[in-house]
Amino acid sequence: MAQAKTIVLAPRLDGELARRLLSQMALIRRFEEKAAEMYALGKIGGFLHLYIGQEAVAVGATSTTRPDDYAVSSYREHGHCLAKGSDPKKVMAELFGRSGGLSKGKGGSMHLFDKSVNFLGGHGIVGAHLPLAAGAGFAIKYQGGDQVVLCYFGDGAVPEGEFHESMNLMALWKLPVIFICENNRYAMGTAIHRALAQTEVWRFAETYGMHGEAVDGMDVLAVRDCVGRAVERARKDKAPTLIEARTYRFRGHSMRDPAGSVYRTKEEVEREKQRDPIAIFVERCLKDGVLADADVKAVEKDVNDLVDEAVAFAESSPEPAPEELFTDVYKD
Amino acid sequence: MAIMTYREALNLALREEMDRDPRVFVMGEEVGLYDGAYKVTQGLLKAYGDKRIIDTPICESGFTGVGVGAAMLGLRPVIEMMTFNFSILALDQIVNSAAKMCYMSGGQYPIPLVVRGPGGPAAQLAAQHSQSMETYFYHVPGLKVVRPTTPADAKGLLKSAIRDDNPVIFIEAETLYAVKGEVPDDPDFTIPLGKAIIRREGTDVTVVAYMGMMYRAMEVAEELAKEGISCELVDPRTLRPMDTDTIVSSVRKTHRAVVLEAGAGFAGMGSEIASEITEEAFDDLDAPVERVTGENAPMPYAKNLELLKTPSKAKIADAIRKVCYR
Repeated sequence: MAQAKTIVLAPRLDGELARRLLSQMALIRRFEEKAAEMYALGKIGGFLHLYIGQEAVAVGATSTTRPDDYAVSSYREHGHCLAKGSDPKKVMAELFGRSGGLSKGKGGSMHLFDKSVNFLGGHGIVGAHLPLAAGAGFAIKYQGGDQVVLCYFGDGAVPEGEFHESMNLMALWKLPVIFICENNRYAMGTAIHRALAQTEVWRFAETYGMHGEAVDGMDVLAVRDCVGRAVERARKDKAPTLIEARTYRFRGHSMRDPAGSVYRTKEEVEREKQRDPIAIFVERCLKDGVLADADVKAVEKDVNDLVDEAVAFAESSPEPAPEELFTDVYKD
Repeated sequence: MAIMTYREALNLALREEMDRDPRVFVMGEEVGLYDGAYKVTQGLLKAYGDKRIIDTPICESGFTGVGVGAAMLGLRPVIEMMTFNFSILALDQIVNSAAKMCYMSGGQYPIPLVVRGPGGPAAQLAAQHSQSMETYFYHVPGLKVVRPTTPADAKGLLKSAIRDDNPVIFIEAETLYAVKGEVPDDPDFTIPLGKAIIRREGTDVTVVAYMGMMYRAMEVAEELAKEGISCELVDPRTLRPMDTDTIVSSVRKTHRAVVLEAGAGFAGMGSEIASEITEEAFDDLDAPVERVTGENAPMPYAKNLELLKTPSKAKIADAIRKVCYR
């Protein structure tokens, strides 16, 4: 059932879709660059794991789903949360630890949750949200719904037992869940060949008798095509899929590893930056005449404005009141 | 009132709550076709079908996480641990996912989940299958922890646990499953979480105990009555939240306290209760609080050593006499 590559159907790309995909990728990129600045200024604390370089995965995947579908992710989840439709103002305020944040400032960068857009969270323990995704799929089936669950994780989660337990349960119980492994080739500083006996992640699907596929994670249209077919399988047949999106993070593991240069060479990083998903997409759209220079400039201005507004909102949002320490520990 | 076993009371609670709320389902190892490793789920598969009684492969972390994910979408899972010893494999899902989700999400995702199954000392099952597991859970803000002693409590507390909007760790006892007692058959009968009960009224000393230790304390109280020592027996029933008021009120009356605990004593529940009593009622005490706990060793297999591991009636009686200066 598993297969390495499928022929990418020529996706119909019109100006409206191109603008939407570009806007979302550019928003995530600008948001992350700004978050890095704010971290350097001490406005954001703790860990901050940037998504820069991987934007095509979240945007391409989300573009194939409905608003009532679900998504869940790891701690590198700002991009998935924004792609799902969360308000950048509330996301930035959460990073600032302010009461206007998605989780009232109690979750932070690693724990973004947004029930209003069915975003089931950012989870900080590697692999732990994979069974949660299976559980969401179980609940959809139990309730007789036709939604699907997109579950994003890195190649670092693949050696975890929970990856294998979840794959088995999803296949065994036929759950409408799509596992999207964003293979950026490094689990923190450990290169994939130092962590996995099988480095072709999509091949784990074979073992569990489910559909598996690898896709160029730097090509938003290829991701869209691949995830789109998986969504259809999940929605119509309650069949799970494992997708390996081959991508690269341009920054380090977190802001505490800003260059990410101990375990990979400068040459490698520079070479990978030539695959920049946004630059590739813009070039293609301009070449095909789907977008004009003016469109691209307009998108850039819009996302700059949105991110500036997000920062202004976060700055002005009050800190959580002291009583908030004890609210939400239990639901009354 | 009906007379039934602790096991039957749990089974009835599950049936009543499944009848009452279609969002409730039971998931775990051998809960369906096998009728439950300890027969708590006997007959449920036949009555409710495999949509709501779900046999899982052996993957405690996986299926507990499935329960948490399903709870995020509004279902009310009851996850069975075949024994609580296996819950250690699911500890991350319970502690990091279930307990903290409501808080980390700013209240957006409460987790109405029950994780239940037998725990505590059992008969010659040795170190890995015979231990008091509540210690691993009651430390965690966001969890509720229940240890029901009688068949009526088993029913009333399990029903409350299933109706609760928070994750509840519900640890039964393998050694109590066959105990019989009166159980209200009213389907609206519940016992609120966080309420202790006085099982025997007395005037000379407060003895705090639950599960097997409570049964042992009841026998000791009977024997000491002949010596003229009147024991008041308090059963917390829920360990988190703890009904400190009932315990402290009793101590204010008797001026003496002995706390029993089956598990190893170091940093155990006995330490917590003794500390609460000391902080809240120091001036009322006529003697230092005594703890009688399990020894600080893994559970041995050999019968003679096993008997030495958990508090004996003689040790309990000695501690009570000691605080009474007898």
